[in-house]
Amino acid sequence: MTIKGKAYIAGAYEHPTRKAPDKSVAQLHAECAKGAIEDAGLVKDDVDGYFCAGDAPGMGGISMANYMGLKLRHIDSTDTGGSSYLVHVGHACEAIASGKCNVALITLAGRPRSEGSSGTQVRSRGTGVPEEPFEIPYGPVTVNLYAMAAMRHMYQYGTTAEQLAWVKVAASHHAQHNPNAMLREVVTVKDVLESPMVADPLHRLDCCVVSDGGGALIVVRPEIAKKLKRPLVKIIGTAEAPKHTMGGKLDLTYSGAAWSGPRAFEEAGVKQSDVKYASIYDSFTITVVMQIEDLGFCKKGEGGKFVADGNLIAGSGKFPFNTDGGGLCNNHPANRGGMTKVIEAVRQLRGEAHPAVQVKNCDIALAHGTGGSLGHRHGSATVIMERE
Amino acid sequence: MATPYQDRKLPDPVLNVGDAHYFEAAGQGKLLLKKCKDCNEVHHFPRGICPFCFSTRVDWVEAKGTGTIYTYSVTRRAGPIAYCIAYVTLDEGISVLTNIVDCDLDTVKIGQKVKLTFKKTENGTAMPMFAPA
Repeated sequence: MTIKGKAYIAGAYEHPTRKAPDKSVAQLHAECAKGAIEDAGLVKDDVDGYFCAGDAPGMGGISMANYMGLKLRHIDSTDTGGSSYLVHVGHACEAIASGKCNVALITLAGRPRSEGSSGTQVRSRGTGVPEEPFEIPYGPVTVNLYAMAAMRHMYQYGTTAEQLAWVKVAASHHAQHNPNAMLREVVTVKDVLESPMVADPLHRLDCCVVSDGGGALIVVRPEIAKKLKRPLVKIIGTAEAPKHTMGGKLDLTYSGAAWSGPRAFEEAGVKQSDVKYASIYDSFTITVVMQIEDLGFCKKGEGGKFVADGNLIAGSGKFPFNTDGGGLCNNHPANRGGMTKVIEAVRQLRGEAHPAVQVKNCDIALAHGTGGSLGHRHGSATVIMERE
Repeated sequence: MATPYQDRKLPDPVLNVGDAHYFEAAGQGKLLLKKCKDCNEVHHFPRGICPFCFSTRVDWVEAKGTGTIYTYSVTRRAGPIAYCIAYVTLDEGISVLTNIVDCDLDTVKIGQKVKLTFKKTENGTAMPMFAPA
């Protein structure tokens, strides 16, 4: 079975807030749901499938289904960190293709900025986590885990701090056009390199923002999509792949994209050169470089050269990415960037991106995410979409 | 510029059932690994089942305590004291998450030879760490 062409993204909504001290996480989820349902031209009672991840308060999706008054026949709370919502797109396609639901709602929301979260805090994932006694005392935080992946990539492939900085520079060029972006100022390679070193080799400007907010998607079966008034965004390939420390035989120079990418391309029946726009998860600058390599947009180890000299900037570069400003400049709600990756890809395919960054004739787009950490465990997910 | 190693408060490990022996041995200056009696693979962190062949015949073995730095990051803005998180590839062939200590952290390099030492957490639990050999 393939999901190719079995489902469409009919609704997409990114919450405009970047700081929401006056709203609960549940309310943010619900506001995102409302936005996506209205974007699709549907009503709440059309939703019969609901997908959410660990950012949704309560048990699985049950509390949010209760809060929103959803009447469901399918529910899925798969959590692969920030890539969850890309996984959910794939799972929604599977559920729709097998007749389990017709209109799938996917939500993400959180308020880490209001709650004082940062990427330099040691965080436990709960009780009974088998690896934590052997990790937590050493001070693993989000930034230094990605930094270790970056350090090894530099050692093995000669990737430089200047090359990493170009990822942020490109994101900032895009964010200047996004009125909702948290950081709209265009920065230079020099600005990145002169920003404070957080964890060698990652500077503050190599790191994504911490923002409140959220987003939601509506995935529907083809018959429904064709009755709606929105441009048709067909899902043609999806794949997911967890990667971990392999009992100690670890290799931090590649991500799970090396596994999910080829499978998604195979299902979609398209090549890297067919992709006109890509949303690439940008928790850190190194994340983008590694995923671009692993997805096959350049040779392994040449990601640094590939992203340098403005190649990722829409309009002038050959590989426009994250035209909303991405997690580096726009938004990283709930510390989870997968949702906004899909949303900007949908905008591009619909021709609804900001005119300054809209890719011409954007008929095929890819969204990819890494949830967790390149430094130990993560879930990778790839979604390829086509404008019909 | 130098970043001399400084002691910092280390959070205590919250042990799960089966972990106590590892930390008792650490208190006696030993780094233990788990080894599978069926496929002979060594793994870390220690589990009650071999992650390579799924045999439950896994037993403790003592590591030699020498290895090379696979990767590292001097973490400068996560608390008041800079520290060096790292993966060290042990001579037994597997890599362990750890800290590099007792040196100028600015001199740490990938490929550097290191040897086992220990630092204590707030409640006195010994954690295996590495210093330049």
